[in-house]
Amino acid sequence: MRIHNTEIVNTFAEAFKMWAARVIITAETPRWAMEAARSMTGFATSIIGCKLEAGIEGEVPPEETLDGRPGVSVLVFTVDAESLGKRLVERIGQSVMTCPTTACFNGLEDAEETVVVGGQLRYFGDGYQISKVLNGRRFWRIPVMDGEFLVDERFGIQPAIGGGNLLILGEDTPSTLRAAEAAVAAMREVPGVILPFPGGIVRSGSKTGSRYKFLFASTNDPYCPTLRAFAPETHVPPGVGCVMEIVIDGLDMPAIEEATRRGIHAAAEAGAVQISAGNYGGTLGQYQVWLHSVLSDQYSVISGMGADN
Amino acid sequence: MSVTLTLYTTPTVPLEAEVITPDRLAGLSEAEIAALPVQYGNERAALGDFFRVAGSGNGEVRLEGDLSRVKLIGAGMTDGRILIEGNVGMHLGALMRGGEIVVEGDVGDWVGAEMIGGRIVIKGNAGHMVGAAYRGSVIGMQGGEIIVHGNAGNEVGHAMRRGLIAIAEDSGDFTGVNMRAGTIVVLGRLGLRTGAGMRRGTIVSMHDAPLLPTFGYACTYSPTFLRVYLRYLRQMGLPIEDAHINGRYRRWSGDAVELNRGEILLLFR
Repeated sequence: MRIHNTEIVNTFAEAFKMWAARVIITAETPRWAMEAARSMTGFATSIIGCKLEAGIEGEVPPEETLDGRPGVSVLVFTVDAESLGKRLVERIGQSVMTCPTTACFNGLEDAEETVVVGGQLRYFGDGYQISKVLNGRRFWRIPVMDGEFLVDERFGIQPAIGGGNLLILGEDTPSTLRAAEAAVAAMREVPGVILPFPGGIVRSGSKTGSRYKFLFASTNDPYCPTLRAFAPETHVPPGVGCVMEIVIDGLDMPAIEEATRRGIHAAAEAGAVQISAGNYGGTLGQYQVWLHSVLSDQYSVISGMGADN
Repeated sequence: MSVTLTLYTTPTVPLEAEVITPDRLAGLSEAEIAALPVQYGNERAALGDFFRVAGSGNGEVRLEGDLSRVKLIGAGMTDGRILIEGNVGMHLGALMRGGEIVVEGDVGDWVGAEMIGGRIVIKGNAGHMVGAAYRGSVIGMQGGEIIVHGNAGNEVGHAMRRGLIAIAEDSGDFTGVNMRAGTIVVLGRLGLRTGAGMRRGTIVSMHDAPLLPTFGYACTYSPTFLRVYLRYLRQMGLPIEDAHINGRYRRWSGDAVELNRGEILLLFR
């Protein structure tokens, strides 16, 4: 399949079952809400090294936030529900509570499962914290030096999907970067997804395993252009000098599919030579996102291994 | 279809009608509802002696007529909805646990006394002891919401421990007396001795107020939680202004004769 002059490889992105939370950070000004969000989503690119994956979903206008102040929505992903609660306590405690004027609210109000966050952070109040219950929802007011930090007692969590991806292959670094940036801009318009790597793009894509026993992930040599001449198996076509990957985490499969679709179109429009996706032959992930399928009018995603959809 | 109870015999002495709850009327026919017992002064009577019954109970009860002498409507209810077209007597929704009561007129004393959950909306004025503890009780309202679009009398939220009371106009003396926790928002003026004996909890007013000397001034700031509460109350139909939401409040802590963890927040103008 081709879009413009870009070849779309008939392959799939292999994705994994994860758990997610949505955190709404508000502050006195959009700047300080964003500062907290950036801090909270820093060093959160990959589960492998960071214990979580997180990113900014988007800005939230004041009329849509609980306290009527400008907000930013953050999505946080981990591999299980228990660790998600711990990560939220760490990140909100260190990056949001510390940030001037912020408050922090649960953004998944309809979630069936919840984890205690404000109920843990409240102890920072050293006995001076105040509980408020409004319409069945408990908040904690923690006294801090600029006034009070307001945080939800519980945050909703839900099953989610991580590890969707696109591989963008280009002639050289500038053109590949341009195509990847265009894809990122288009994909970030989709609610319910984040692209956890710096600027949404990862250049050090990995494969599982390594010749070194102490490593369980190593460079994705089939897609390293410099190794094309002698790598045991290369997927770098002639004329390609640069490959960049976009990893996608989403609250559900439709969001992942829509982001994938928009990313492909944008990257193709921007001049990518080829667009592919990373997978492990379907042996590891619970979900497969086929590139040709998401480009068709009706998505047909193959799920296997008893995965929830 | 809801059940409609229309008062056709105006009581000359108080009529205790705690049977009027959606729970109690659920599934009953008109005849069965009319036969339910009520206390009329010192006599036993039937609901049908005072009310015409139309429809059957399906979770919603409508009441029409001057109910100023009818007490205990909705007392202890757990679910459903009661709509009252006119004024209503004392103890409305006392001890209620869930559901909603909406009154288009005024209510007597002890509305929502010791209630645990649910919501009472009063479009007119409320009497004394809104959400209060009964005499001899240690704890008043423990949850739910009472929203009064008019004025309220004395001892609003007496000994309340949780929940929200909002008064769109003025409240009387001893608002939040002996309060354990919870929130009282008064958009109008507070009476005398506000928060006397309060341990925890929040009392808010949009006007300055004479406070007891056992309250200490802390600071003037913009409490984020109050923005959440006021935006919620605006959704509930109270006349919350942007200046209320965005305003700064003078925080007074007290009552020092008790735990001193309560707060009175007065809009700084």
